Amino acid sequence: MRPPTNYKSRSMRLNSAWRYGINHLVTGLAILSTALVIVPLVAILVYLIYKGASSLNLDFFTHIPAPVGETGGGMANAMLGSGIVLVLASSMGIPVGIAAGVYLAEYGQGKLLAMAVRFTADVLNGIPSIVMGIAAYSLIVMRQMHFSAFAGGVALAIMMVPTITRTTEEMLMTVPHSIREAALGLGVPKWRTVLSVSLRTASPGIITGCMLAFARVAGETAPLLFTAFGNQFWSFKLNEPIAALPLQIYVYAISPYDEWHRLAWGGALVLILMIMVSVTLVRIYAGRGVLKGAS
Amino acid sequence: MGVGINVEHLNAWYGTTHTLQDINLNIPANHATALIGPSGCGKSTFVRCLNRMHETNPIARATGVVKMGEVDIYKDASPVDIRRRVGMVFQRPNPFPTMSIYDNVASGLKLNGFRNKAILDETVERSLKAAALWEEVKDDLKKKSGASLSGGQQQRMCIARALAVDPEVLLMDEPASALDPVSTSKIEDLIFQLKSQYTIVIVTHNMQQAARVAENTGFFLNGKMVEFNSTDKIFTTPSDKRTEDYITGRFG
Repeated sequence: MRPPTNYKSRSMRLNSAWRYGINHLVTGLAILSTALVIVPLVAILVYLIYKGASSLNLDFFTHIPAPVGETGGGMANAMLGSGIVLVLASSMGIPVGIAAGVYLAEYGQGKLLAMAVRFTADVLNGIPSIVMGIAAYSLIVMRQMHFSAFAGGVALAIMMVPTITRTTEEMLMTVPHSIREAALGLGVPKWRTVLSVSLRTASPGIITGCMLAFARVAGETAPLLFTAFGNQFWSFKLNEPIAALPLQIYVYAISPYDEWHRLAWGGALVLILMIMVSVTLVRIYAGRGVLKGAS
Repeated sequence: MGVGINVEHLNAWYGTTHTLQDINLNIPANHATALIGPSGCGKSTFVRCLNRMHETNPIARATGVVKMGEVDIYKDASPVDIRRRVGMVFQRPNPFPTMSIYDNVASGLKLNGFRNKAILDETVERSLKAAALWEEVKDDLKKKSGASLSGGQQQRMCIARALAVDPEVLLMDEPASALDPVSTSKIEDLIFQLKSQYTIVIVTHNMQQAARVAENTGFFLNGKMVEFNSTDKIFTTPSDKRTEDYITGRFG
């Protein structure tokens, strides 16, 4: 049965005006929210460039800090130190995080241990970063009786693990069960199915998770305060205190000298650029080899 | 060549639900056998017991004897060994989304550590030809993802993938139910050709499909096998009242 024409057209006209209005309202809210997210980011970056770009020169990237009172000097040792500590942290945190995530998603379903691991990861994620520093301090620094790059790496690795674990788990859960069954049905052992099918299918999301964890710890200062400790000269030894950009920025920013303040701004800019470049590189590298039409 | 399957006193459970109750059945080698019955009657569970996929669900278990030739698959072999001898095609096409068409078809061999390129090439071509897909994809084998094909093509690719490991038995769980009529008829033609070389067990909701492709048909109802006979007999002179009710559309 068709409703009477006049009734239909009138209500539809009202209805469509209403829907039209709501559509615009919601679209507007979405755009506003996007702007709220982007504006602070752009503002910080622009301000950093404005304050920091002028102190960036060749010396900044090639020299170690100059003594107080002398002009010039750079943060080369801090950049190298940050690189070393982050490579250490990633090489410990990423494998452990991914392995724990694989356990949660593929082997631990419904098991008590898995629930405990998941809970621990969530709690660990919310613990202030300085506590991680204290943990690494009492576990490693107290025993060895000296600060070290290694202790800094461990503190940052502990911070990376929960994020990576939970993202890996969630990404593996999005891999359809039918794909695992396809592999098992071909007589592929479970471990091989997990490695070559589940993990591979979930890899874009897992890589994103690792990058997020990396970017987060790259800027951490607190966990390094009593672990890597920082220094003012070149150091390549994992067993000795090492400089790191966030530490150097912290020390310079709270100092009373204008010259050091300028260097701190430059350091902050370099830190952000380093994070942006490494995340972009990994994205490009990880995006290669993806086939046309692959989801 | 295919191998016959002998099922004796097979019982299966999901948690406390007794999904399969004392199934006894002889599936002849190199023939197509259809399993029909209403949804939830246990026919999918039954085929999943034939390659031990049933037990991948943590709450599932099964008892009884399933003999594939002389091998009791629940006693004499590991699930992984059995699944290499028994190919499976699922209801929905399930290509590996990260792999090319070539890698999808070769996956059974590659993921089991097989690396000889010449043999892989040859196997991929032979399997895709056997699945009647070769002509459509031969130019994009390594360029296109398996997931970029149409649904019907994906399902034929999944059949090729199952054939590539050279199984003796091919289990098909409603292989055409997610496909359009043209793709369905292609799959049925394919089953018709394949059954001279493989023992095929096909679960279907479509009784015409059972009649078209299978020599023998089993009717399942509420976890029990009500009747098993030649397809002709089942559809013309069923011996059980419940089978007759089902095929004449009085229920289900």
